[in-house]
Amino acid sequence: MWLIDSSIGRKVVMSVTGSALIFFLAFHGAMNFVALISEDGYNAICEFLGANWYALVGTIGLAALIAIHFIYAFILEVRNVRAVGGLKRYSRKERPAGVEWAAQNMLVLGIIVILGLVLHLTDFWSKMQFQEIMGSTATVEGLGQVSPTDGAALIGYFFGKTHIAILYLVWLAAIWFHLSHGFWSAMQTLGWNNAKWLCRWQVIGKIVVTIIIAMFALVVIGFWCKAHCC
Amino acid sequence: MDKNISFTLKVWRQRGPKEKGQFVSYPMTDIPTDTSFLEMLDILNEQLINKGEEPIVFDHDCREGICGMCSLYINGHAHGPATGATTCQLYMRRFKDGDVITVEPWRSAGFPIIRDLMVDRSAYDKIMQAGGYTSVNTGGVPDANSIPISKEKADLAMDAASCIGCGACVAACKNGSAMLFVSAKVSQLALLPQGQVEAARRAKAMIAKMDELGFGNCTNTRACEAECPKCVSISNIARLNREFICAKLKD
Repeated sequence: MWLIDSSIGRKVVMSVTGSALIFFLAFHGAMNFVALISEDGYNAICEFLGANWYALVGTIGLAALIAIHFIYAFILEVRNVRAVGGLKRYSRKERPAGVEWAAQNMLVLGIIVILGLVLHLTDFWSKMQFQEIMGSTATVEGLGQVSPTDGAALIGYFFGKTHIAILYLVWLAAIWFHLSHGFWSAMQTLGWNNAKWLCRWQVIGKIVVTIIIAMFALVVIGFWCKAHCC
Repeated sequence: MDKNISFTLKVWRQRGPKEKGQFVSYPMTDIPTDTSFLEMLDILNEQLINKGEEPIVFDHDCREGICGMCSLYINGHAHGPATGATTCQLYMRRFKDGDVITVEPWRSAGFPIIRDLMVDRSAYDKIMQAGGYTSVNTGGVPDANSIPISKEKADLAMDAASCIGCGACVAACKNGSAMLFVSAKVSQLALLPQGQVEAARRAKAMIAKMDELGFGNCTNTRACEAECPKCVSISNIARLNREFICAKLKD
């Protein structure tokens, strides 16, 4: 199977799963942004998704995408370390001009993203969709019992805490760096690139990724301001 | 105006493929800045021979940037700090008086060290043997322009064909990937009508051989392109990916 045993095939899997995850983030970001405009509107979205069959199918698909992307990243890394003869290579190494920092640190950035994901699932998913699946309600210290569809209350509670807001912003910055390389790299791996389109994909990628991350970041900053300035 | 500089050369010495290597420092004094890097190594080797020591082994041949033999990793860069130039085209005017210049061999599982700074790059020959050719019985010499080729395609094919197979792409890549080399060799033929007949088979065979020889996976860091002495573009890698994916989907 070429998607498993060829180097380009393995990269194609990374590109396709990565692109799908960018699509997901775009939807997630747009839905979050609603919370800034109308908290009731955001809760309506939470209710619409909830633990309905389509949301569950989506969640399972998403978990599979993340798992495949993560497992392949480690398979690639192990093979790449072996290909250069171990972790210690040159005694002196300089990054040539034109090589992005993010491009050379995708695995580290990916690990930060996964760690942030654990925090995010604990803060939100475990108190929302998970509770609905289990047929129970979560109790949050300082908030009491929270309905699984009252996402706005959870957002307000968590992003109102400065240390959590900072952690989320750091996490979002890591995702931005990861995606700023990942976007055009996916196009390159799929062969949809040439000398003219290389710069175009890089610019398009940065714009798309900045919009997506800005939607998330504005929600964090907005709710922090609501808690501290209003 | 040319002047003389003195510096310390920190060179990787390794007696054989299985031996343990280490850095050895050599003080170099009064080297004219218009000396080429390889000439400077020749001066050092002459000094070592006169002292009864083993000279440093390093690859070199044409010394004019076209054969792809010289292969030194100098101060953290494949082929040294100059851009678009091979080690033999590097001159000592790039360095300052008092510098410590670190010289290492290409380090990659696909290019095992033979001795000191010389590595075995026959893996590239094996990749070429796997499919980097056209097996067309050409017969007599055809008339010029009997097969029309657009200027744009001809230029791209010539740019790809400028690859001298030196191995700098593998040496510079943090993953030890040979994709820039393979993509240049695939592109120089895939762009032309004569090479298109076997394009799918060629891409599959060369990639299979590249993987078998233990080269890494390309993660599009662009270090290969930045360090390539012939400035071969990574758009060739996109072309190779396209050729390979299309060939596999047709299977």
